[in-house]
Amino acid sequence: MTDTVVIAEINKGKVSPTTNELISAANNLGSNCTLVIPCTDSSLADQVSNISGVGKIIAAKSSVFTNYDAAGWAQALDSVAPQGIIVTAASAQSKDLAARIAARRNVSVVQDVISIDGTTLSTPIYSGKAIEKVAINGNVVVSIRPNVFPGVSNDGSCDIQVIDASGDLATAVKELVERASTRLDVSEANIIISGGRGMGSPDNFSHLEAIADTLGAAVGASRAAVDTWDDIPHSMQVGQTGKTVNPNLYIAVGISGAIQHLAGMRSSKYIVAINKDADAPIFQYADYGIVSTWEEALPVLSSALSNMLS
Amino acid sequence: MVKIAVLVKQVPDTNSKIQISNDRVDLSSVKMVMSPFDEFAVENALLHKEAVGGTVTAITVGGNSADKVLKDAKAIGVDEIVRLDCTEYMDSNAFQTVISGVISQDGYEVVYCGKSSADTGSGSTGPGVAEKLGWASVSNVTDIQFTDGMTVTVPAEGGNAIINVSAPLVVSCDKGSIKVRKPNVKGIMMAKRAQVDVKSVSPNPSNVTVVSQTMPADKPAGKKFEGGQSAETVVQLLREEANII
Ligand SMILES: Cc1cc2nc3c(=O)[nH]c(=O)nc-3n(C[C@H](O)[C@H](O)[C@H](O)COP(=O)(O)OP(=O)(O)OC[C@H]3O[C@@H](n4cnc5c(N)ncnc54)[C@H](O)[C@@H]3O)c2cc1C
Ligand SMILES: Nc1ncnc2c1ncn2[C@@H]1O[C@H](COP(=O)(O)O)[C@@H](O)[C@H]1O
Repeated sequence: MTDTVVIAEINKGKVSPTTNELISAANNLGSNCTLVIPCTDSSLADQVSNISGVGKIIAAKSSVFTNYDAAGWAQALDSVAPQGIIVTAASAQSKDLAARIAARRNVSVVQDVISIDGTTLSTPIYSGKAIEKVAINGNVVVSIRPNVFPGVSNDGSCDIQVIDASGDLATAVKELVERASTRLDVSEANIIISGGRGMGSPDNFSHLEAIADTLGAAVGASRAAVDTWDDIPHSMQVGQTGKTVNPNLYIAVGISGAIQHLAGMRSSKYIVAINKDADAPIFQYADYGIVSTWEEALPVLSSALSNMLS
Repeated sequence: MVKIAVLVKQVPDTNSKIQISNDRVDLSSVKMVMSPFDEFAVENALLHKEAVGGTVTAITVGGNSADKVLKDAKAIGVDEIVRLDCTEYMDSNAFQTVISGVISQDGYEVVYCGKSSADTGSGSTGPGVAEKLGWASVSNVTDIQFTDGMTVTVPAEGGNAIINVSAPLVVSCDKGSIKVRKPNVKGIMMAKRAQVDVKSVSPNPSNVTVVSQTMPADKPAGKKFEGGQSAETVVQLLREEANII
């Protein structure tokens, strides 16, 4: 069986739990999994020394990993990662990295993998309107959609090898600009509540924000909302020309469910829709549909959630 | 004078219904358009040229039906249009090798492309081509300033990063605040007469092959409730049935 290498997903200075899912995907693809953790300080790796499913952990230490630089990261990770099938998360940044590492190793990359059957991988195409199965032959780099594979547990123990990784920065960060709002970004969230044109006005998004705070969720929007109201920035847009998201729970409020919106969220694990039109297309994709105005449904949703989570 | 290339791909209109025949997506009756993010790539390439002077060449890989996407680019102002003639399937490695070969052979200094194409959604081409060329790359770019060198805005954790970049470089474009220009009558007339420079390519064999393309499994029908009060039931189900909150 082929050896595998997982590149840990890092989020807010920690190894993200998505990494556990990557390891389980890697163990479907081959054996002898090495976990590589990009870090500036190898203590980051200590946090996951009990992760199971891996034979070896490498803390790849380099100042290159302070800020993302595709060329520098690919070079540094390539220098420490053993040969084998490389597995990353399918986040925007890690897909970019996956493509660079693949090109660097002169192999192909298969992005957004949602199932693995031996050497046959499935990925959504045409924004999820169809599924493509591809057969891989030899080493490749694959990125894995979050919330699809079960994560391995944290009851193992594994030695950590620290390796100095070197990479040359090709770009220079001039400035990091914090988001004006402190809200979680849709691409970083496990629960998303999105509003559409049916919200009536941008001010009404405050109702969504209140629920998002209860749930630790991010607030998203349809393109109609983004295009109609200046206060709703494009960074919130979910869909074909917005962000593709794959949360555990997606709550669509006042969103009709146009094909381009579905393109960005249809693979969410659970979808809840609130819409006053019983025939809105979004209901065909919703696990739980509520036919109601948001004015009526959101206060009930909000208090039920507060009661449950407090 | 900078020599700019912009990669444009023809894809089904995002409104179109995808149909399958014989385990392959059947595009024979589907309207084809420029992949949405490539419109931003073309616009940024033209803005780059206007800021510093130079030429913009639109490049596509495909059969002769893909000429239309090149003519669309021509109509809004690119200087040259090139098609790398190939209709067979290529995996990402074979594909990027073909593109990077032409980019280096023809002496381009900056390449613009979309952050991902609407059909594969993979987003591999920009970073992959850059790596093969040994160039820098920036992806998911939402804004570009050409005053004082070149700076790009990309999403970063907690906000955005403003990054100084310089050629040689590949820029993968997201939708940003820029508006893409529309063709005028003169542009459309010129595009009609424009000659596509067709180059033949001989790709390496692929190590990734397509087994099948099928419709996604139908999601089991969900539960639908009437009235706002049912939100309470849904919260209960999210905990007890779905186990997610
Ligand atoms: C190339 C292209 C790319 C696109 N990309 C995207 C994209 O990335 N993301 C995206 O979202 N769209 C995208 N679109 C646009 C898409 O086609 C739709 O126009 C858009 O998604 C509609 O947004 P909406 O559902 O908010 O608005 P509408 O379609 O206007 O729907 C509003 C809904 O709100 C409901 N409603 C009204 N009032 C209430 C109330 N009081 N309570 C509850 N419900 C109410 C209505 O019943 C209706 O279903 C794209 C289109 C194109 C052509
Ligand atoms: N066949 C093609 N011809 C020209 N450009 C392409 C082609 N495929 C991909 N690209 C470019 O690469 C970008 C990303 O594509 P992808 O890596 O397939 O998601 C697209 O937005 C295009 O700019």
